[in-house]
Amino acid sequence: MMTNHGNRLTQGQFSFLPDLTDEQITKQIKYALDHGWAVSIEYTDDPHPRNTYWEMFGMPMFDLKDPAGILMEVNNCRKTFPSHYVRVTAFSSARGTESPAMSYIVNRPTNEPGFGLVRQESEGRMIRYTVHSYATDKAENDRY
Amino acid sequence: MNESLKMSDDTQNAVDLEAEFRSSNVQEVLDKLDRELVGLVPVKTRIREIAALLLVDRLRRQFELTSQTPTLHMCFTGNPGTGKTTVATRMGQILKRLGYVREGHLVTVTRDDLVGQYIGHTAPKTKEVIKKAMGGVLFIDEAYYLYKPENERDYGAESIEILLQVMENNRDDLVVILAGYKDKMDRFFQSNPGMRSRIAHHVDFPDYQPEELLAIAELMLADQNYHFSPAAREAFTRYLKLRMTLEHFANARSVRNALDRARLRQANRLFGRRTGLITREDLMTLEAEDILASRVFQEGQLDQVPAG
Repeated sequence: MMTNHGNRLTQGQFSFLPDLTDEQITKQIKYALDHGWAVSIEYTDDPHPRNTYWEMFGMPMFDLKDPAGILMEVNNCRKTFPSHYVRVTAFSSARGTESPAMSYIVNRPTNEPGFGLVRQESEGRMIRYTVHSYATDKAENDRY
Repeated sequence: MNESLKMSDDTQNAVDLEAEFRSSNVQEVLDKLDRELVGLVPVKTRIREIAALLLVDRLRRQFELTSQTPTLHMCFTGNPGTGKTTVATRMGQILKRLGYVREGHLVTVTRDDLVGQYIGHTAPKTKEVIKKAMGGVLFIDEAYYLYKPENERDYGAESIEILLQVMENNRDDLVVILAGYKDKMDRFFQSNPGMRSRIAHHVDFPDYQPEELLAIAELMLADQNYHFSPAAREAFTRYLKLRMTLEHFANARSVRNALDRARLRQANRLFGRRTGLITREDLMTLEAEDILASRVFQEGQLDQVPAG
């Protein structure tokens, strides 16, 4: 039974939709900037859902008015890591929120092997379940 | 037959330049410029030309006559106090109205903000500034300091290189305006021919005439709810004539400093009077004696405050 064809990683916003075009990404960034959120770019090759902290690509970009600068960095990151996951995160510093308010994937590897279900025998007849990304069997930077 | 068919086809597709002009609010922008900036004829002419070009370009696009986006990078040269920075701030708003830039904000930087202190520091620093300026105007004041020929290990050259690249590749995203004194900018361009050729508009800011300076003074005063008494206006005209012959004359900036000092003297005069009531009119009026107390009149010297 396969519910996620192509094993596309579904994390963050828009991940069930077809990949966003540059124009759509620009509009999303503009939305974040209009709210005064600081936008930053992150990448990883370990797609496990509990891997919340991805590597930052450069500094978070404060005080920007226009999305063109951020899109430029997105494209730089894609060029540097063509087969990594890249996401755009918008951090809201509003008191009480102080966390990412938006996050969406803008680059993904061409071939995503997906996740396997791992069963671990435990005390008695108990079984522990976890997910395991096939990609992480290989060393970092060789995964995709 | 053939000719007349072509004619009718052309008139059918014609667009109304007047309607386009009105809908773009350009006239409003130009009027505001005329009202608030005294003199500066070459500058206003150039802005009008740019406005016309952008408007015509928009019309051309309706006929699918494609052309490249015009480069609007500019270089402002002129003596101190001729309004370079003031015009640059306006430029952002003007270009936004004309639909050339998206946000129209102004990012003002000098050498310090672009050039780093050690190897590998300059590129990220310059790029950071460029990213901030995208969608608006990047104003580089005293741009000739970027290039220091006497020190070949200076990082300024690296910064210039990045700027050149962005000016060429991201023409749609930002407008770069360089500003500085004429002779120094000329030397800067001589050693950076690439920069010169990428800047389409070299605008020279002329020095102001005495009557223009008087008009500027009255505008400045009106902004702060002051005005000259008739005698004071006459005194200020004489002051300007004397001041212009002295050294360190910085056009509108000198006018502003002179007015600031006149305000001090006015306050002192009102304070010394103490007795009697002071009317609203008193508080707003600069009298001749406030101007005439300047050392320019008494000894033909500058006031204590330097570079006035």
